[in-house]
Amino acid sequence: MSLETRHHAEDHPVPDPGLVEEERFSDVDEQAGQRAYRQVIGLLVAVPVLAIAFVVVYFAVPIDATLTIFNATLKAQNLLLGLTAGLAVLAIGVALIHWARQIMGDEEVIEDRHGAAAPVEAREEAAAQFAVGAEQSGLSRRKLIGSGLAGGLGIMAIPAVVLLADMGPWPTDEVRRETIEKTIWTEGSYIVNDVNQKRLRAADLVVGQLVNAQPEELFDLHGAEFQTAKAKSSLIVVRMDPASIRVPASRQDWQVDGILAYSKICTHVGCPISLWEQQTHHLLCPCHQSTFDLGNSGVVVFGPAARSLPQLPITTDANGYLIARSGFTVPVGPSYFERNSENDFEEGDD
Amino acid sequence: MAKPTTVDPEVPQGQRPQRAEPSVAATAAAGSVGWVDDRVPVSSIARKGLRKAFPDHWSFLLGEIALYTFIILLLTGVFLTIWFKPSMAEVEYEGSYALMRGIPMSEAFASTLSISFDVRGGLLIRQIHHWAAMLFVAAMTAHMLRVFFTGAFRKPRELNWLIGVGLLSIGLVEGFAGYSLPDDLLSGTGLRFVDGLVRSIPIIGTWAEFFVFGGEFPGELVIPRLYMVHILLVPGILLALVSAHMALLVYHKHTHFPGPGRKQTNVVGQALFPVYMAKAGGFFFIVFGVTILMGALMQINPVWLYGPYNPAQVTAGSQPDWYMGFVEGAIRIIPNWETHILSTTWSWNIFLPGVGLMGLLFTGLALYPFIEAWITGDKAEHHILDRPRNAPNRTALGVAGMTAYGLFWLSGGNDILATQFGLSLNAITVFMRVAVFVGPVIAFIVTKRICLSLQRRDRERVLHGSSSGILVRRPDGGYTEAHAPITQAEAFTLTQHTELPALEVSETTDQHGVKRTGKRTSRLRARLSRWYAHGRVPKPTAQEIADAGHHGEDEADHAVEPAAGTGELTSSGEPASTH
Repeated sequence: MSLETRHHAEDHPVPDPGLVEEERFSDVDEQAGQRAYRQVIGLLVAVPVLAIAFVVVYFAVPIDATLTIFNATLKAQNLLLGLTAGLAVLAIGVALIHWARQIMGDEEVIEDRHGAAAPVEAREEAAAQFAVGAEQSGLSRRKLIGSGLAGGLGIMAIPAVVLLADMGPWPTDEVRRETIEKTIWTEGSYIVNDVNQKRLRAADLVVGQLVNAQPEELFDLHGAEFQTAKAKSSLIVVRMDPASIRVPASRQDWQVDGILAYSKICTHVGCPISLWEQQTHHLLCPCHQSTFDLGNSGVVVFGPAARSLPQLPITTDANGYLIARSGFTVPVGPSYFERNSENDFEEGDD
Repeated sequence: MAKPTTVDPEVPQGQRPQRAEPSVAATAAAGSVGWVDDRVPVSSIARKGLRKAFPDHWSFLLGEIALYTFIILLLTGVFLTIWFKPSMAEVEYEGSYALMRGIPMSEAFASTLSISFDVRGGLLIRQIHHWAAMLFVAAMTAHMLRVFFTGAFRKPRELNWLIGVGLLSIGLVEGFAGYSLPDDLLSGTGLRFVDGLVRSIPIIGTWAEFFVFGGEFPGELVIPRLYMVHILLVPGILLALVSAHMALLVYHKHTHFPGPGRKQTNVVGQALFPVYMAKAGGFFFIVFGVTILMGALMQINPVWLYGPYNPAQVTAGSQPDWYMGFVEGAIRIIPNWETHILSTTWSWNIFLPGVGLMGLLFTGLALYPFIEAWITGDKAEHHILDRPRNAPNRTALGVAGMTAYGLFWLSGGNDILATQFGLSLNAITVFMRVAVFVGPVIAFIVTKRICLSLQRRDRERVLHGSSSGILVRRPDGGYTEAHAPITQAEAFTLTQHTELPALEVSETTDQHGVKRTGKRTSRLRARLSRWYAHGRVPKPTAQEIADAGHHGEDEADHAVEPAAGTGELTSSGEPASTH
């Protein structure tokens, strides 16, 4: 079957005039041709000059030297290395293309296509060869070898997959209780400022103030342990006018004179929420704009988050420093499959 | 036994090769490639390949940019691995960037700072690498759009389209893995998002999360693992797929746009050696040169301004690299849907826009060639590209897809839109929730109308020539614009396309009332096929062209004199108002 018969009968109301040759200025005008030649040579001469300049910059310009251009301070070495190397490489490219476009002959070649399909003879021959091979393998008479081999290869996928079972701990109920369902907050944990690690005293907080906080114990940890604990324990402490907020009956003793503490970890995908609107008591996550009302037990007022921000029950110690009454009552951070979060606090709960 | 008259004493007689006398050219070639040719038949390959035709069109360069940026990524990536330490172990920074000295950070972040401040040329290579990655995905996307809108994915190139979809999808994974490696505040926030995304997968989410991170987020395994993914696993797959993509390109030969002399059965273009080699090679250096200049002049990902990852911090305006923007946008605008069943929670608010949207995009792309072929019933090979207007439904569908993508992408910057234009963030979000559904529909209708109008214009042009800009006053006082004839080459280009008839529902019984067997066209398929062909402006027939020319002669008093030369259609002076 030829290629011609394999596509639709062509309907050309205007006959194909055939390939049209176009003249180039550099072919017609001897001077233009010479000019293009000189330009290519000029570009190629620039390459070694720029390459040498690159090496000079590498050794001569200190790595911390800066240049100020139009009020912008630039790293001199980065700029000069990049300019020399970039222009050198660009010159090679432009020279090649200029050569190809202006100096090389521009006559097009016409190549015949072959059909993509294998010819019928090839298919028939392949089928015949396959039949011979299949006969030689003896599979037609002893079929069990084939199924045995296929089954064996298939079953080997299981050991291969099982080998990956140690990629991480298995999040069984027990493991989850110790990991994603637990923070290092416990009864009596001192609430400290995230930056200076000082304990917060209730009396020092003014209405409208927000403090990023952590449990004091966090700073005993290091490395991955520290990061993992911090990814769950981060806290937001706010003081609001008690008259302007709604505290449900079940949470009356979770706060200290309008000082409330919430998890800083968004219940959407776990970003640390940070944008505080003092007047509306709204807290906005800069990642995906979920908005929570801290004056109303952290319920969602906008955005893709589905669950209220977990609130940490707090009180004060004998000296007036803020401490946790307990850990969080629900897991912080994004929802997960194994726990029905239906009974988490919602708008209207008491 | 008679001895030969001359014997080379160096070579035992039995081993002397027996050859026909070679030509002068072959002797010259033998000098340089003979040694290899005796072992591997390079001449046989060169004989067929050296003058292979490569058609010229600017849009064919998009795929080349993708290929070249991939090579640049491999080269600069190797340089970066010399210093980068994929470790989440905590160290105290002691390098030369004074503002961070003494701050605890991961070794990954410390070594990124070292590449940026202490290794000569390190910052340049890092910035080239990042810019090349942005361009890589952008060029792949643009190349894919070119292939889509010109119908280059049709038979026999469906497999290469599938490979391309694979390249684009794992290109996103590659980019994201690389973005996460420096362990700065922004990339750590990105990982935090991935943690939430993986967790949201129904049933296996928590397990997948623990397996990816080696336990809880962030742990200390994810960066070494992503490093393996970024420099070994995915580049290996990319390299294999790129090779297969190129091999199929060579086998199928390049498509070409319609034009005089270009047929389904040929390929017209510049010869591989020397013109295409010089052009493509030169273009590699241009792409490389431009990315180097970008690395020199345009700052990208200044991680030292963000600082090391801190799970309690995030900056306003945090965004992923551009190619993840559409997922980010979908995640931002989706309503907060969660379902509770028995003891479980199903987080649709993350799963649908994250995993779901990416799955939808790439599944849709992968299936499209097969869906279109099913609707049109087209089983032919296609080597001449469609002009997008001649496939109005496909073009409209493509623009609708681009519109949806663009709206999702814009939603990924809803906070930036709000602050830059002084708009309400919430209003933008609510608007986008509607716009991502309505926008594509409007785009579809508008694009299809534009395509049909362009078809109509092509028809006018073939039948009546082009506007001459010369107004002619008729004896009766009216004015008309004279039309100039177009060349036969242009008229051919405008009329060469095939107009596939719509499929019809197969009769279920033949004329004798016997039930038919074999393949049948279902009602749904026939309806889709009718819709696909509907509204098309038929291209002029040879008869119509001849009539139009004749008509022109009758009113020759206001026709422009045909320009000198050959290959022109007859002129037409018909007033535009009567068309």
